[in-house]
Amino acid sequence: MKSSRRRFMKLAGAAALGLGAQPVIKAVAPASEESPQPVIRKGSNALPAEQWAMVIDTRRFHSAKDLEPLIEACHKIHNVPHLTNKNHEIKWIWETHYHNAFPGNPNPYQSEEVEHRPFMVLCNHCENPPCVRACPTKATFKRESDGIVLMDFHRCIGCRFCMAACPYGSRSFNFRDPRPFIEETNPKFPTRMKGVVEKCNFCAERLAVGQKPACVEASNGAIVFGDLKDPHSEVRELLRENFTIRRKQNLGTEPSVYYIV
Amino acid sequence: MLELAFKGKKTYWTWIFGLLAAIGAGFALYIWQINQGLMITGMSRDVSWGFYIANFTYLVGVAAGGVMVVLPYYLHNYKAYGKITVMGEFMAIASIVMCVLFILVDLGQPTRALNVMLYPTPNSVLFYDAIVLNGYLFLNLIVGWNALEAERNGVHYQKWLKPFIYISIPWAISIHTVTAYLYCGLPGRGFWMTAILAPRFLSSAFAAGPALLILLCLFVRNTTNFDPGKEQIQSLAKTVAYAICINVFFLLCEVFVAFYSNIPEHMDHIKYLFFGLHGHASLVIWMWSSMALMVLGIILTVNPSTRKNEATLAVACVMIIAGTWIDKGLGMISGGFVPNPLHEINEYAPTLPEIGITIGVYAIGALVLTMLYKIVIGVKEEAHA
Repeated sequence: MKSSRRRFMKLAGAAALGLGAQPVIKAVAPASEESPQPVIRKGSNALPAEQWAMVIDTRRFHSAKDLEPLIEACHKIHNVPHLTNKNHEIKWIWETHYHNAFPGNPNPYQSEEVEHRPFMVLCNHCENPPCVRACPTKATFKRESDGIVLMDFHRCIGCRFCMAACPYGSRSFNFRDPRPFIEETNPKFPTRMKGVVEKCNFCAERLAVGQKPACVEASNGAIVFGDLKDPHSEVRELLRENFTIRRKQNLGTEPSVYYIV
Repeated sequence: MLELAFKGKKTYWTWIFGLLAAIGAGFALYIWQINQGLMITGMSRDVSWGFYIANFTYLVGVAAGGVMVVLPYYLHNYKAYGKITVMGEFMAIASIVMCVLFILVDLGQPTRALNVMLYPTPNSVLFYDAIVLNGYLFLNLIVGWNALEAERNGVHYQKWLKPFIYISIPWAISIHTVTAYLYCGLPGRGFWMTAILAPRFLSSAFAAGPALLILLCLFVRNTTNFDPGKEQIQSLAKTVAYAICINVFFLLCEVFVAFYSNIPEHMDHIKYLFFGLHGHASLVIWMWSSMALMVLGIILTVNPSTRKNEATLAVACVMIIAGTWIDKGLGMISGGFVPNPLHEINEYAPTLPEIGITIGVYAIGALVLTMLYKIVIGVKEEAHA
């Protein structure tokens, strides 16, 4: 009697261990042939790139007002709530000063014009994103097809490790239910729930249907978007002809947002 | 053995019900947090980790500190510690339980916590932290429980326990190393980005853990028929003395590197903590108190006459626990977030509900510790009766 009970416990324990280990095995073992992986196909007019990049011509912006329509366009289509408490603020793109966008760069005496320019900051969609490295659930990941750093709002556990990891302060956390604070909900883009992190997605949903990002569209040509790895792309053209800087490029994250100063 | 935890005098039960009340209050506040979101805490977009993660970090240290009795006993055959090893192990268990709970209450979506297991991500340090913390919990449960049961039965612990004991020693180091790696591998957080962070965490752990154990030993001696022993307490006190000295030394190393190199990114956080930055100075008084407490702790534990006097030793232990808690809890976490990556200053202070939930978690830890220690004392009293 006793020995059989012990054997049962052993078996049950082994079975529980096996079940618990299944996802780990799945992660390292190749997918079995019986269950074919779902195929995600691209739309016929989706814009392709190896690594999307953005070049911002800061010479074309003179005051914070010039950036407002861009921020407005982005936040409107992405259902970004308008929260008045600065601590709980959600922002995908925002306007800041030169010395905040590029801390460590400013000289004590420099061009006053540059110093007073508004700088638009957003997620840099780094080639080596520290946030992706930190995320314990792959809720934030770098899409291999075009290098965009994306968020799965349904997988995010809200640990905020990515926020500590991001050296650009580009990520926001939903400290409260954001839905009551969205003025006009865009049904084409998901709203978020409390307790998850969000950030700029380079308008992945627009690229999928052949549209450029909303801020680019609203910029009257001051922002150019294209494939960094295509030597003939417009962004590469601009990078060849203009001196550009990136935010904290000494950290090795390889940001994909370039600034012409 | 569990039945021993359910036998006690009136004071024991008063204490237990007091803890249950604190747990209940904390739980009610937590339900409110679930309902409202983390907006009820003082955390913000800039300081995205606060009191919960700070206490988590501190308690990982207390848990690791338990190894300071396990190692001399099992590796160096220091017989005196045989009496209190299990107290170190059970203190580690209670600490780890609190660590896990602090992580849980910090999550924005706690119902998704198992995603860490469902989508294992070996490039994330948090994945490893989950493994080492749970592993350490189980190691201490297995080792502590079985060794105590063997003691109760008057036999030597089983042979198969040996490997678990040996593994648990480097494992204790690993829990605090991995916890330090959570912070020190992040680009753009100058305050944390120091190779000495893991050693610093360990040194404060080996001061705070044994200091707490000394206080627990003194308490047990005064309230029960079991005496953990004068020699044991004195040996622990020496460990505390070395560790707190090393901890302050490491801190000074950080200060030297930051200020001699004169790199703003590294200096600014220390300036913020100890002097205030651009008029923001809410932590200055705390940080200097922490320094004063740790220095007084050094004076009282290094000086033989105050170390050997158990009254002054107890005072020193309280000072060291408080000093390291401020340093590692309050300073280490907010210090790393202020100023933010855009060099803006947004300070942090915990809110009352946040503190209430924290007290609730501590009450759960105290409950676990009380019941485990009640068992230990029951066994020890039986053995000596």
